[in-house]
Amino acid sequence: MNTIYLDNNATTRVAPEVLEEMLPYLVELYGNPSSMHTFGGQLHRKIEDAREKVAALINAEPDEIIFTSCGTESDNTALMSAVESRPRKRHIITSRVEHPAVLNFCQHLGRKGYRVTFLPVDRQGQLDMDTVLKMLDDDITVASIMYANNETGVIFPIERLCGMLKERGILFHTDAVQAAGKIPLDVKKVPVDMLTISGHKLHASKGVGVLFIRKGTRFHPYVIGGHQERGRRAGTENVASIIGLGKAAQLAQQHLHDEFSYLSGLRDRLENGLLSTCPDTRVNGDRHLRLPNTMNISFEYVEGEAILLRLNEYGICASSGSACTSGSLEPSHVLRAMGVPYTAVHGSIRFSLSRYTTEKDINFVLDVMPGIIRELRELSPFGRTAAEHGRDYASE
Amino acid sequence: MCRLCNDVRMWDYSEKVKDAFLHPKNVGELKDADALGEVGSIICGDALKLYLKIDKDAGKIVDARFQTFGCASAIASSSALTELIKGRTLDEALAISNQDIADYLGGLPDQKMHCSVMGREALEAAIANYRGEPVRKKEEGRVVCKCFDVTEEKIRRVALESRLTTVDEITNFTKAGGGCGECVSRIEKILQDVWSLKPVEKPSTPRKLTNLQKIALIQEIIETEIRPGLQADSGDVELIDIEDNTVIIALRGMCTGCLMADVTVKGIQSKLRELVNNDILVKVLP
Repeated sequence: MNTIYLDNNATTRVAPEVLEEMLPYLVELYGNPSSMHTFGGQLHRKIEDAREKVAALINAEPDEIIFTSCGTESDNTALMSAVESRPRKRHIITSRVEHPAVLNFCQHLGRKGYRVTFLPVDRQGQLDMDTVLKMLDDDITVASIMYANNETGVIFPIERLCGMLKERGILFHTDAVQAAGKIPLDVKKVPVDMLTISGHKLHASKGVGVLFIRKGTRFHPYVIGGHQERGRRAGTENVASIIGLGKAAQLAQQHLHDEFSYLSGLRDRLENGLLSTCPDTRVNGDRHLRLPNTMNISFEYVEGEAILLRLNEYGICASSGSACTSGSLEPSHVLRAMGVPYTAVHGSIRFSLSRYTTEKDINFVLDVMPGIIRELRELSPFGRTAAEHGRDYASE
Repeated sequence: MCRLCNDVRMWDYSEKVKDAFLHPKNVGELKDADALGEVGSIICGDALKLYLKIDKDAGKIVDARFQTFGCASAIASSSALTELIKGRTLDEALAISNQDIADYLGGLPDQKMHCSVMGREALEAAIANYRGEPVRKKEEGRVVCKCFDVTEEKIRRVALESRLTTVDEITNFTKAGGGCGECVSRIEKILQDVWSLKPVEKPSTPRKLTNLQKIALIQEIIETEIRPGLQADSGDVELIDIEDNTVIIALRGMCTGCLMADVTVKGIQSKLRELVNNDILVKVLP
């Protein structure tokens, strides 16, 4: 059975070009870049090449880039550095829909005595800038707000936000894990202080992340040990993965514009197709300010895990915000923050595409999905009666 | 966020669960049903409607159908239930336990046992409906878990039926305690009561303590009940101050920066609430 992989916001395939770059460093060139001998030391140059390529993707300077082990480490490092470098300030601003790497870390800081503001989002999953403005005070340690949401793909107005925060001298970190490689990022135009990228979300391998730290930003390392990354992140470099990430960043930059239109075309085809063939279906999140590859759609009266496992039978990989799949008994915190009714949260499915998604893949999903939803609704005690009453859940 | 990380993946299900989910038996409405049992709700994430056709003279279930909203194991449990009860008398059917449903499916993942409990409850509700007995009402027991609307009575019953002794097991079987986690200490108490565990020795002090007595009691509890446990895991806690009912502590040793620190603190708080008074608030010195 062919795998139709539509879960690219979870992780992506390593691009063949990336793998080719990486392989020598997993086989014959296994040295340690910190070594004095050429065998190891020569790798240092390769890592600097990768640093330049990653910097270019976001229009940063190479020495503003540090390599970490993953997006979570980058997020944690950014927040911890902010806290340590501004010990007198006690207020942290974030949003309710952050990735757990930021959300749980902020909750952790909250338990340590910090005041944490979790900014709400509206029904479209969008930040309300007036609320943001009201929350700003002189006590803010750091604001950490994601560039684009992993579940809905909704893009936040980071440029406006950045202007607002910089005007007041507030340190600003953004988790751009989902945005990097999918939409243009320019840290000169949008002067965030810190920005997180994860390798495996943009066709590099797992186990490598990036933290951009603007020159002049006070920084305290999180992982302490050797002098690697100029003392900003200790630990022997994940040489092959870093070199692979350099290649992946280069590919993403080269194809950014083509891919944007390719992916949004396919995504819209899938979305419109499902909306027209499956009744009682709604899209979660702002359909315009959205990553080109992501869609989050709710099939009312059916449960997400059941849909995923039926899709699994056809080799189709997606994910859901339902309670049964969220890793807890509570459903998606993102959809609940948006006020999506429970009936729709439980039946939410996220499809996330990549450059390797084909039109054939999308057609196949469009072929099988109406049948899956129909069968599960026949099993459900809710569908028909609710439909008969013509309940308009969109207006709830 | 989540109190338990309850990930269940496709490959955690037995072949029988998968088969019953992909090809469920006895699906749909039964138009001329003699009995109807409804449990769960769309808000909680699973719900089951069970229809029975009953031969009145023989007192036998001649047909059973279901409609289920829920995950794969909820659908599989419903299908198994209908297979198990068809052709049985009402009393025979009532003898079927949630464990029988799980066994029929070659077992369910621990975190999904509540699906089999839901099946068993729908059966009881349907038979009560047929016999004209009042349906077990929510009001009969106080709601313990607000997230999933689970009553004390249900926790007691399921604990006894399935011999559950820990909060985690109760969560797996009833979902209670799996949301915000606020009711965990109440569930613990209910379990202690159900199994008549030796109640934690209540100090025989009068209810109204003087401030000095209270401080001495809190000190004693921290020394004798709390620190030994923490020290066993290379952690520790220090009592810093007591202001009215607010107990200020500092985490020491391995407890500092421990990811589970908040759970530890909650545990200390519930211990103090239990042994001193219910208004105790534990704060950690950052």
